[in-house]
Formats: sequence, structure tokens, C-alpha cells
Amino acid sequence: MAPPSKRRPGFSRRAQYGIFTGYVAAGIGAVLGAVLLGVSLWRPASFSAPRTIARDVVSPAGEVSAELRSDGQGLIESIRGYYRAGSQNTKLRREIELARIHQAEAKAIQQENKRLKALLDLKESSVAPIVVSRIVGSSASSSRRFAYLGAGTDDGVSPGMAVRGPRGVVGRVLETGGDSSRVLLLTDSQSVLPVRRAHDELVALAEGRGDGLLRIRLINLGINPLSIGDIFVTSGAGGYYRPGIAVAIVTEKTNDGAFARIISDPAATDFVAVEPIWQPEAVSAAGTPIEERLGE
Amino acid sequence: MRIQNRGASRRDQYGSRINRQHSMILAIGIPYSSILLGSILPNLFIASAVPIIPPLGLMMLVAWRLVRPGILPIWVGFPLGLLDDLLSGHPFGNAILLWSLAMIAIEAIELRFPWRGFLQDWLTAALVLAGYLFAAMLLSGGKISGPVVLGLIPQYLLCVLLFPIISRMVARLDRLRLMRFKAI
Repeated sequence: MAPPSKRRPGFSRRAQYGIFTGYVAAGIGAVLGAVLLGVSLWRPASFSAPRTIARDVVSPAGEVSAELRSDGQGLIESIRGYYRAGSQNTKLRREIELARIHQAEAKAIQQENKRLKALLDLKESSVAPIVVSRIVGSSASSSRRFAYLGAGTDDGVSPGMAVRGPRGVVGRVLETGGDSSRVLLLTDSQSVLPVRRAHDELVALAEGRGDGLLRIRLINLGINPLSIGDIFVTSGAGGYYRPGIAVAIVTEKTNDGAFARIISDPAATDFVAVEPIWQPEAVSAAGTPIEERLGE
Repeated sequence: MRIQNRGASRRDQYGSRINRQHSMILAIGIPYSSILLGSILPNLFIASAVPIIPPLGLMMLVAWRLVRPGILPIWVGFPLGLLDDLLSGHPFGNAILLWSLAMIAIEAIELRFPWRGFLQDWLTAALVLAGYLFAAMLLSGGKISGPVVLGLIPQYLLCVLLFPIISRMVARLDRLRLMRFKAI
């Protein structure tokens, strides 16, 4: 079918000018867009105010869909559970026996830990989360990886706070609105997180690759000591995340590090906790120029 | 709006013509609200690891533009892109620029090939979406590396496969848009 010949409206000058004005307006729109894009690439925080307002408007719908999604996942999982009940049962029984043994060992270690800490006069520091909220959305169609939380400044959330799910780190708060906030996920290509291997003191940086994996870059180069299945936890360096939260598990070795899968996949996460910045002094110190003095 | 009269003076596909009129609210509101809904929807899904959900807002815009040429003005990329920018995670201005360019590009393609069928529409949409996804990735402000580019491929394939469905949906919405209601 040929389109209606809007382009040749006949001899009417008015209609001809109207079409011409349309082209000009479209061109101006594109130029304006380019300028706005340039500004927001130069200063990423420039347009956060209108954006957070829009996000506050949409987030109630996100709450509903988040609830539906977690219910749906539960249903699928329980059906899947029935399907493989028999073989899973024996496997789980075997695993539970091992887990009991490990638990006993862990209890012993815990006991010893407590004793040693008492010796060193260290305080037990358990962090109470600022707020527990749902992930109400994500930038699912964009090549950047952001998620949106259903809690904002009204609940005490502020940029820089760590967001963690029940399994591990999810990301860091980037921008807050009244009832919603934007979270930079670990898999975003701008995300870098200092980590260490869970069973020793091997430190590394976990960078997002943008395709769902993390790249583990070792800080001390040399023979690559990593092996598949190694678990990395936060090291506490940088001051944002408190140490010891699970981050990623190595799936593939490379020359200078490894590729790792995140442990707490936001897609499978329902509720997340926002935790305060672990060492606010360290974070503000990192932001202070060398010339200035720290403190008052 | 000119309605073709196919010999039936009392009824057409939009309902009875006697004592009934199109609703201005539907006629103007449906295209814009469906595109806006397309901008909102991808935010409500969780697909965290890779960007897998197609840019539904742009797809709705392209589908309206191709299925029903003439109802969206060519400069519509600016206001609709602005609303999309507020919701998508891209830097502000990304959709304003790229949606405007998409509208201009479709206009140019249409000027070059005025006689066309659905296959050509599909090709046009595939071209526009490929350009959009790639440009949006380049302008996203993130680091660009091989895996990021590879991550776009599943999303792009899903876009291309989804386009016929979306254009059928738009055709349905277009019938709803011109439904007649009793005029007092």
C-alpha cells in the first residue's frame, strides 16, 4: 500500500508551509536532544530531579508487578519441585548430613572467634539496615544496568548506600527520590567493587562487564591463583560496603584474573536491604582533595 | 478524519454511522498513551543480567508510524522521547535525539520507496531498531567492550521478532481509536 501522499498536499501554500515547519521542528528536536545528551554525559547528575519525580510516579505500579512476579516465581518453583522430588530428596538428604557436620565445625569456629574477639576487645558490629524494600523495576531495555527501589529519602536512603539481598550484594544507591531510588547494579559496566577471596586474603576488583558477568581483576599480578568455584566477598576497601558480604563465584579463568557470576542475581531477588555506608569517614576522605585537611 | 466508504453507508468497520461519532479523546489519546505505556513497561520487568527486554516505547512509535502513517507528526520524537528519557536508564537526551532521528529516517525511507508492503515495513523497523540499540549503547556513558555489544544481539533479535506482533497490536488499537460512539 502506498502511503497517503501527505508530502504533496496540492497548491495550498499553508499546507506546504506546514509540512516544511514539521521537518524543521523535527530537526530542531534532534539537535536539542543532542545538546541535552551532551550535557547529561558531561554531568551525569544534571537531570536527576525530573527523573526521580517520574520514577516516584511509576513506582507504585512497580510494587504491584514485583509482588506478582515473586508470586509467579514461587509457583513455578513449587511445580518444578514436584517434578524432581524423588532424586532431589536423596540428594538433599546427603547434603544435609554434610551441612550438619559443617555447621558443627562452624559453631566451634564461632566460639573461638568470640573468645579471640573478647581477647582483642573488639566490639561486635552488626549493622541494622536502614530500610528493607522491594526492587520495583530495572532498566531492562537499556545497556546500562540499573534497578529501582521502592524506598527513597523519606525512608532515610541516601546515595552511596549498599544494597544487599539475602544472598549477597546487589549494588549501590546512585540517586534518590522521595519514594524511590536508583541502584547501580554490580553487572553495570561502570561498577567496580573491591573484593577478596572468601577463604584467604587475595584481594581483587570486581568490575561489571555489561553482559551479566563480572570480571575479577587481581591487584597483585603474578601466577593466576584463581580456580573455578572460588567465592569472592566484599573486602571493605573503599568504605562503602562492609566486609564479608558474598559477591561472585568464579566461572571462567583468564590470563589476568577470571570471569565470575554474581551470587545475588537481582532478577531472583525479591526484598533487598539498604545498609548504611560502612565507613562514612573513609568515603568522605576519599572525596577530599589532597591539599585540604580532613576533619573539622 | 476521512473514512473510506465501501458501499456501506450505514455501517463501516468502526461501527454504525448513524447518530454516532468518533471520540476525539480516543482518536488523539490512544497513539500517544500506548507509546508512553511502551516506555513504562520495560521498567516493570526484572531482567537483570543482560538487557533483554526490547525498547517497547520506540517499537510502539515505529509501529504507529509505519502501520498508520500520517497521524503522528514528524517532530513527535521530541516530546515522546523526553518522556521516555525520564524512565529509561539512559542519559537524559538519548531518546529525544534518537527518536527524532528515527522519525526523520523513516520519512526518508518512505520518500525513497513509497510503494511498500509489510515486509518492507518490517525491514525498515529492523533497520531503525538496530541503529537505535547500537547508538544507545554507544551513548550510554558506560564502558564499551565486546561483551556489551554481544549482549545486544539477543535483545535485537527479540525486537525484530516482536515487531509483527506489535504492528498487529497497533492495528487493533487503531480500530479502537476510531470506534464510533453515540452522539447526543
